[in-house]
Amino acid sequence: MSLPYILIALLVLAAAGYIVGRGKALSSAGGDSRELHSLPGYYGWNVVVSILVPALLLLIAWLIIQPIVLDSQVSSKISEETIAASSLDLVMSDVVRVAEGLDLAVSKGAMSADTASSIRIELTDVRSRLGEIGVALGSEVTAETLRAAQTYRSISGTGLLLRSIVVLAAGLIGFAVAVLRTNKDFRARNVVETVVRYILIAAASIAILTTVGIVLSLIFNTVEFFRLYPAADFFFGLTWSPSFGGGSELGIVPLIWATMYISLIALAVAVPIGLFAAIYLSEYATPHVRAVAKPLLEILAGIPTIVYGLFALLTVGPLLMNLFGSGGALGVSWMSGASSVFTAGAVMGIMLIPFVSSLSDDIINAVPQAMRDGSLGLGATHSETVKQVILPAALPGIVGAILLAASRAIGETMIVVLGAGAAARLSMNPLEAMTTVTAKIVSQLTGDNDFASPEALVAFALGMTLFVVTLGLNIFALYIVRKYREQYD
Amino acid sequence: MTDTTLTPPSGKTSAPAPNRITSILELDPLTRKRNAAEARFKLYGIIAIGIGLFFLIALLWAILSNGLGAFSQTFIKVDVPLNQEQIAAAEKSVVKTSKYRAIIVDAFARELAGDKITTDMSAKDMEKLFSSGAAATVRDYVLANPDKIGSTVTFDLIASSRVDGYLKGRVKREDLAEDKNLDAAHLDLADQMQSAGLLEKRFNWAFITGTDASDSRPEQAGIGASMIGSLFMMLVVLFLSLPIGVAASIYLEEFAPQNKFTDLIEVNISNLAAVPSIVFGILGLAVFIQFMHLPQSAPLVGGLVLSLMTLPTIIISTRASLKAVPPSIRDAALGIGASKMQSIFHHVLPLAMPGILTGTIIGLAQALGETAPLLLIGMVGFIASNFPDGVAAGFFSPNSAMPAQIYEWAKRADPAFYERAWGGIIVLLVFLMTMNIIAIILRRRFERRW
Repeated sequence: MSLPYILIALLVLAAAGYIVGRGKALSSAGGDSRELHSLPGYYGWNVVVSILVPALLLLIAWLIIQPIVLDSQVSSKISEETIAASSLDLVMSDVVRVAEGLDLAVSKGAMSADTASSIRIELTDVRSRLGEIGVALGSEVTAETLRAAQTYRSISGTGLLLRSIVVLAAGLIGFAVAVLRTNKDFRARNVVETVVRYILIAAASIAILTTVGIVLSLIFNTVEFFRLYPAADFFFGLTWSPSFGGGSELGIVPLIWATMYISLIALAVAVPIGLFAAIYLSEYATPHVRAVAKPLLEILAGIPTIVYGLFALLTVGPLLMNLFGSGGALGVSWMSGASSVFTAGAVMGIMLIPFVSSLSDDIINAVPQAMRDGSLGLGATHSETVKQVILPAALPGIVGAILLAASRAIGETMIVVLGAGAAARLSMNPLEAMTTVTAKIVSQLTGDNDFASPEALVAFALGMTLFVVTLGLNIFALYIVRKYREQYD
Repeated sequence: MTDTTLTPPSGKTSAPAPNRITSILELDPLTRKRNAAEARFKLYGIIAIGIGLFFLIALLWAILSNGLGAFSQTFIKVDVPLNQEQIAAAEKSVVKTSKYRAIIVDAFARELAGDKITTDMSAKDMEKLFSSGAAATVRDYVLANPDKIGSTVTFDLIASSRVDGYLKGRVKREDLAEDKNLDAAHLDLADQMQSAGLLEKRFNWAFITGTDASDSRPEQAGIGASMIGSLFMMLVVLFLSLPIGVAASIYLEEFAPQNKFTDLIEVNISNLAAVPSIVFGILGLAVFIQFMHLPQSAPLVGGLVLSLMTLPTIIISTRASLKAVPPSIRDAALGIGASKMQSIFHHVLPLAMPGILTGTIIGLAQALGETAPLLLIGMVGFIASNFPDGVAAGFFSPNSAMPAQIYEWAKRADPAFYERAWGGIIVLLVFLMTMNIIAIILRRRFERRW
């Protein structure tokens, strides 16, 4: 029984359970629902819950455990020499492919179930037999692989059968127990509400699980990377030149440099514009202007980053080339290609304007009106009030906002992938192409799925660095913002 | 601030000024300076907003001016006689489309002669006017309508991307020097054909409904298949992140006791909201593909990753709208005997629903435009070339997503693909705009002020 059928069976069972539970409760009260402890529906839900919860938990556990058991059982059938010749992963994927091919052959009727589990490599050409039904195998099937594949099939077949039996049995037991417990004095609502409460807690815990998942997936692969490549060379190496053939130099310094440089340019664009826009909108603008200008600026925040990336690559880059490139309007040839640190930084700055302006806007608005009134009452002009009273009071919050914007800039991917270039360089010239941590994560992990080489694993170490840096910035910024808010609340 | 009208600051006006202003109706220099500073400061603000709006307009202008071209397409009208023997010969040959191409070019040359257009172009050069997919169009038609063999059928065949670009003004005569695929003779011919009515620009439905095409056929690339991929991803995101997000918010807002565990959840949510999206891509790659062996490039996996990414957004907005429901509602429900769970699920949640839906739509719009995590789980590459056949295939078989498809086009060498990328952005932005407008309408119409 495959997964969807088990789920459908459980749902049907649950629906039946609802009707039976509700009916039994009502009949135990003689058809008068006032005699019941809870509303009749709760007795139905009680049965549903005691069918689904144990059955689904079992099913999930089974889905996690079966592949592990299967893997260890089958890989024990493969000899040391075969593993030494290639690798366990490759042999196992061959085995799985042959097993799936045999399954397909049986389901298409090209092979009987008996033949599939008894064919021998010496007697049949398995590869061509499977090829006939559209399963292409990369290499000749060895006797060992075939035997392992047959074991795989038999174990997974038994596993599937057992899984259906166990899960449905759990559902039925839950059904029986719940129905037996149902009578008019049973506190069904309390039971159901407790279960719902646990479901709510589980949903809330997903946030923790996600963080744990991120940290674990980064840590395991990073440790693996540092086993293949010395950590000191990674953190202090000045060259980045990966080559999948081996002998790569994977120093993070040029990537960090470009990331910082681009973020700095982005902040240099976004902070003054965003801050002045926020000051104007919160202190000077009439409600009418504010109602128009603020949403318009915030459109910039809603535009996907891929759009900004394309804008950098195809509009801003060529524009800068026409100014600074060879044969450009300024007659200087400082730029050799459309993608550069400045291209990416400027466009990223545009993206961050609304981010800075709406955060600062909130913070400026949080400064108590009494402080403004006091300053104005003493004879200060509006701009003097802003510069000497409001900004100093809002400064910690604004610093927090800028830090959040910086963490955004560091983690931004699409703009730098498209706009900053692909070569890692340590250079001061903002018109030169450089590449960042995020861009390299993308390029090292796209396309190829061999997670064994340091060239692919380095992406996880880069991700770890990125995660730690942005997390630190975020925590620090949120801490500042929160502390500041408390000051005036 | 010093009192400027009575005693001027000693440093600046040290000499007793004979023409000292005594009327309060006239401004003294310091006041004038301060007022100028005030006006300047205000101007800076206006300039800042002006720059922001300028960038917005520049961005939209770049998108529209570059992208609208993708929505029209040049077609060449050719009457092709479907000769029995020729087709039989073509079907027997190894490279069937090349024979069909010869049939098309023959028919085309005859047509030119009929319209009194003279050209000394060779058949091989004439072929370059057509998309390399034109032959397949004719062949598919023949295979679908075998009864038409023997008659002459008028086809509107797709012109090659260079001819298309010339008609749209993208390809200029000056560019031809470096172009191996086209020379001035082609453009002269195109001009003549246009005046003879053989070339026609039409709305390009194939761009909206079609699939991606190979590097040599930018004129046939469409965004339809990746739209389907995006749709399936959004379904996954909606069905996972809405219930989980609402459940988590209800717990945190209504039930959670003040303890370490709750604090831990709160800290995690606010941090996840700020984690770079690419990190979620790494998570998806490591957990869903490397560990759980889910299929690569599948919208299901993309949807899972985007769900995790959208959850914090939905939780934050849901909590805000739960908080906005006044406590009197809860008290009233509890007062007439509802349990806490009943008061929340029967009264608070329905009242908060408009706010929750608004937040969900905005979260979905964010997820729809996200690209970086999709690159890591392999939702790029030349995979959006056929439609998924059925719902299960929609979730599990490799597909692309709209932003990933745009990225893919932006990386290709032929500038004709850039036009497609901009066009794709227009489609994407139309979706985002629609979603945001729905969210705004929901908020305007149903949000209650207490």
